[in-house]
Amino acid sequence: MHKLLNDSPGEEIMLLGNEAIARGAIEAGVAFATTYPGTPSSEISLNLFQMSQESDLYFEYSTNEKVALEVAAAAANSGLRTFCMMKHVGLNVAADPLMTLAYVGVTGGMVILTADDPAMFSSQNEQDNRYYAKFGNLPMLEPSSVPEAKEMIKYAFDLSEELNQPVLLRTTTRINHSNAFVTFGEMKPRQTKGKFIREPLRCVTVPAVARQLHSKLLDKMNKAKGLSETSDFNPVEGSGKAGIIVNGVSLHYALDAVEDLGIKDNTKILRLGFSNPMPEKLIKEFLKGCEKVLVIEEGEPFMEEAVKAFAQEAGLTIPISGKSEALFSRLYEYDPAMVREKIAVFFGVDYTPKTKLDTADVPQIPMRPPNLCSGCSHRATFYEVKQAAGDMDIICPTDIGCYTLGFLPPLNMGDFVICMGSSVSTSCGFGQATDQKVVSFIGDSTFFHSGITGLVNAVFNNHNFTLVILENDITAMTGHQPHPGVDMERFGLDGFGRVNIEELVRTLGVEHVSIVKPFKVKKSIETIREALEYKGVSVIISREPCALYAKSMKLLKPRAFKVSDRCVDHRDCINTIACPSFYLEAGKVKIDADTCVGCAVCAQICPENAITPLKK
Amino acid sequence: METTRLIMVAVGGQGNLLASKVLGEAALISGVPVRMSEIHGMAQRGGVVESAIVFGDATSSIISDSEADILLGFEPSETLRALNRCSKDTKVITNTATLPPFTVSIGKGVYPDVENIKKLIKAKCASLVAIDAMKLAKEAGSPMSVNIVLLGALVQSGSLGFTKENVIEAINRRTKKAFLDMNLNAFELGYEAAQNYGN
Ligand code: SF4
Repeated sequence: MHKLLNDSPGEEIMLLGNEAIARGAIEAGVAFATTYPGTPSSEISLNLFQMSQESDLYFEYSTNEKVALEVAAAAANSGLRTFCMMKHVGLNVAADPLMTLAYVGVTGGMVILTADDPAMFSSQNEQDNRYYAKFGNLPMLEPSSVPEAKEMIKYAFDLSEELNQPVLLRTTTRINHSNAFVTFGEMKPRQTKGKFIREPLRCVTVPAVARQLHSKLLDKMNKAKGLSETSDFNPVEGSGKAGIIVNGVSLHYALDAVEDLGIKDNTKILRLGFSNPMPEKLIKEFLKGCEKVLVIEEGEPFMEEAVKAFAQEAGLTIPISGKSEALFSRLYEYDPAMVREKIAVFFGVDYTPKTKLDTADVPQIPMRPPNLCSGCSHRATFYEVKQAAGDMDIICPTDIGCYTLGFLPPLNMGDFVICMGSSVSTSCGFGQATDQKVVSFIGDSTFFHSGITGLVNAVFNNHNFTLVILENDITAMTGHQPHPGVDMERFGLDGFGRVNIEELVRTLGVEHVSIVKPFKVKKSIETIREALEYKGVSVIISREPCALYAKSMKLLKPRAFKVSDRCVDHRDCINTIACPSFYLEAGKVKIDADTCVGCAVCAQICPENAITPLKK
Repeated sequence: METTRLIMVAVGGQGNLLASKVLGEAALISGVPVRMSEIHGMAQRGGVVESAIVFGDATSSIISDSEADILLGFEPSETLRALNRCSKDTKVITNTATLPPFTVSIGKGVYPDVENIKKLIKAKCASLVAIDAMKLAKEAGSPMSVNIVLLGALVQSGSLGFTKENVIEAINRRTKKAFLDMNLNAFELGYEAAQNYGN
């Protein structure tokens, strides 16, 4: 049985934050869950996906976050406990349903999780999604630790049902990807079938209805504010004239800091875990006893601005600070030493940080950037497009996935990327705005997510570019989740449909469609060259399963290659495709037989035919 | 309880996440509070993987620069890169078997000399234990057990506040049964190597 399905209240177990959240949802009796995978949220959905195969929990990988949220909105309006999770930028995709779902509300408990990524460990921006709660009028909870995340999601479902309102649960990477001991609680039974009761005056948001709903929404948020005022998730710890207001993981940095600085006895700390709507009275009360208040929050001054406004209303003129040149930044994530130092600065406490090591004599250490795997078909495709394009002046819009790494040298394929699906639509724009040739790249999962609409636009407006769809049969980057083009029988699952990308593209009206097998280098280059010459929209589908996935599923039997003594050392192989299986030994190119999967791309590139199978 | 801050750095695929799971389990068995944080976004694509493990009373789950009490490096150049996490009081344990990054093969950097790495760390930090964990792992039965060899060295030389027996029990609980003997062997080899280091 899945470890998170164990009905063993009291069991203590080390869990990843994302596992704790999945377990919390199960303990809350979640019946319906939807997502589009995105780091740092991916392990929540992975665990729910696994559990859905062993229980009556309904789980789906939806095509994108907007779809996921709409599917979930229906379930929550049929009375089911529903959970929809995504990474922070995913909520941008889902923002359209989000804003109006807030008006409509829910009949079953609904939790929407946004996993923010301060410092952008695996994201294209570090937007602070707490503003969505304010913007959309959603109650919001923010855990400070892994065990608390599990408890908070349970409360989030109750809160949602109390208010008939979706609740936003906002985490950051350091919650999602931390491990801590968690104690299992009781599991509520799941109610897996609901009933939709027609209520057009709540559910059909024509203007006349929506006007009523907006006013009701504000009433709900008023009620939520009352709950936030007395919530156990907004505790005040300690007493004294020095005040700290903090959220999320920074709580622990602050707690450790006041201990280390020896100011615990005259400092009080208010942690906002139920942070929208803000507990106005509680905050004003807190401020009254303080001489100075420091607000500690990663990201934007979300709490700080509210706290300052409350102080103004309460007629308080004490110094309140947070984001400033001398104190906290709006950039990146915080850490214990930084918080300790800023607290010392603000409250005037003596403090000497640990002395940094003098590293002046440490030699330069070569960088270790992530790289496409050995035998990754993307590498072959990039190489072939480059060869086919020759000295054409090309622009390569790219998209979000492993293949974004193609922008690194020596491939250098990737010139523009802003969000999921943008490769296709920006190609429309570049093709129109310039005389340069546009060749763009998108993965299969990303194409389903939000590439299709761009391609429809291209056909309709008669744009001019070549789109390469990298069809590797999986959502590779986030840990190998399925997508609508995947054969689910490979996962041992039946009862799924399958969308064929080639048919889809042809049906959309793309006239020039070609298929390449990227490990056939010469043939692929010829086919690509022809597509590049086409005036109008041409699509190349490059078909080859993700090597890492194929290897782990034993769909691929590695058959390593070696460099023979015909090698004359001009290093075309290393310098043009940069497969990580190459290494240099005494100045000679070698292939690591343990990692080479035998795609044979290098063997086809080597002009000396020096690269040959290790075993005949 | 005194707080001990451990940073582990490795290259994707070296198994440091399993190593931290074993340490977490050992802490549970020993009744030591523990919190861990890991960054593994691009781990499978050959990037650097870092885990921070905080044992004891502090409540934070990450470790600031210069504040690691122990640094365990799975790869010598990565150990060196992580020196900014250390102070003169840090105990360092490192594997000496190299995994040169790809940038070296394409001529974008020079791999530092391992003897020099050792010398630099020794001069700057409180102590150094440097062992060829790859060689020992192969001796134990598989290169895959590098992580457990290094755990053995860590437990011998670090001050983690739990016994060898508890770690062995944790290995029992957390690693695959089929590899148990190999892992226990790997653990012993790492433990002994650290014990004999410098003798
Ligand atoms: S995981 Fe798959 S798609 Fe991603 S780099 Fe590796 S082989 Fe390529």
